[in-house]
Amino acid sequence: MKTILNEHQLSITIQRLCHQILENHIDLENTVLIGLQPRGIYLSERIAEQLHKQLPSIKLLYGKLDITFYRDDIRKQLHVANQTNISFSIENKNVILIDDVLYTGRTIRAALDALLDYGRPSKVELCTLIDRRFSRQLPIQPDYVGKAIDSIISQKVIVYWREKDGREEVVLL
Amino acid sequence: MQLSTKHLLGIRQLLPQDIQAILDTAIQFKEVLQRPIKKVPSLRDITIVNLFYENSTRTRISFELAEKRLSADTINFSSGGSSVSKGESLLDTVNNILSMKVDMVVIRHSASGAPHFLAKHVSASIINAGDGINEHPTQALLDAFSIRDKLGSLEGKKIAIIGDIMHSRVALSNIYLLKKMGAEVMVAGPPTLIPKYIREAFDVQVEYNLRKALLWCDVANVLRIQLERQNQVLFSSLREYNLAYGVKRSVLDSLNKEIIVMHPGPINRGVEIDSDVADSSQSIILQQVENGVAIRMAVLYLLAGSGEGSE
Repeated sequence: MKTILNEHQLSITIQRLCHQILENHIDLENTVLIGLQPRGIYLSERIAEQLHKQLPSIKLLYGKLDITFYRDDIRKQLHVANQTNISFSIENKNVILIDDVLYTGRTIRAALDALLDYGRPSKVELCTLIDRRFSRQLPIQPDYVGKAIDSIISQKVIVYWREKDGREEVVLL
Repeated sequence: MQLSTKHLLGIRQLLPQDIQAILDTAIQFKEVLQRPIKKVPSLRDITIVNLFYENSTRTRISFELAEKRLSADTINFSSGGSSVSKGESLLDTVNNILSMKVDMVVIRHSASGAPHFLAKHVSASIINAGDGINEHPTQALLDAFSIRDKLGSLEGKKIAIIGDIMHSRVALSNIYLLKKMGAEVMVAGPPTLIPKYIREAFDVQVEYNLRKALLWCDVANVLRIQLERQNQVLFSSLREYNLAYGVKRSVLDSLNKEIIVMHPGPINRGVEIDSDVADSSQSIILQQVENGVAIRMAVLYLLAGSGEGSE
């Protein structure tokens, strides 16, 4: 087991991601954050919180998306469905999809399908804490990356969050 | 997450965790049905045949909608106008359909046990949409879902099932399910419509007085009088049945508490339930129908995922 980010590095990385998002979305007027269930929502929660601190006057639109019913592997494996909560229209919005680890790209493929069922956003970007580059099976690239790592298939990347796991750390198994 | 079974033949064969998984998954599908696009691609490569050997409005439409909203391909079959009238047997009919590469079969049949028979002889997943006087599992699941929606949980809740218990597959499936999920169950109705040993067989309470049953319960599930299945006179007239066992506004108002009224449909207005009860805010009859689609989506989704090739 190898630590990729410790608690301190993790919080700095999230801060940087927020600043990069603000560079591209100066007033967050037309911006929507969507965290992916089940494990992307902890990152999206943090980002939403920090962006709110930076721009307290803006009412940031923030939702959660579950992609279980959009997966392409139902005959291989059943996943537990989680809650989807998007209580606003995403029509003509700039959507930022947020997930913890980007690996094969299949989750994001499903997320794009799911997202488009809620309307036609004007732009969709992808923000990920860990990018397992060179492991992609689909042509999908992130716009905001916390840290890019090289890993092989037999390895696993796990992000631990305090509210879920009691500690804050990214490890490579 | 996987169900313990490949078929949904009845609630009797399900484990409590299967029921829990179906009810929990249905919550997410209910959300899908509120979206602008009420459709997900989960069962894109699955073909389902709906075999209806007996009349149905709600169940049939509900299953069909559930299948379409999961993006499955569907074929509808009803025994009228088919080769059944030329004497083809059930097994032959199904084997012929399955040879055209169908993955799941939803069947309603007037013979109790027809789905169980099929499950023994064919490889596809079988879903029971009502077999004779045996079970109607998806109805019980949607009833449980509706109760949970209203009351938060099933555990310890008091449910009275009222009316034609003898001929009702809804009653049997409900009893199995509610007992498995820790609810208290009472059956109420005229003695001729309640099986003699039901108390011993299912550990349910039996009550012959409607008012006492309503006073006891949190939820009253009122069943239809199944005249088509009764081949002898079990009560003297529909009017007399209504006077003694029809759920009326006046009785409900005299209880000093607000109970929830359910009915699986189709309703015989003025027989087992009066219009001013069926259409009141106490009744969740239309919510039941709405929840039916989500429940059936959950069942189809979970069974499609528990087929061969799964881990």
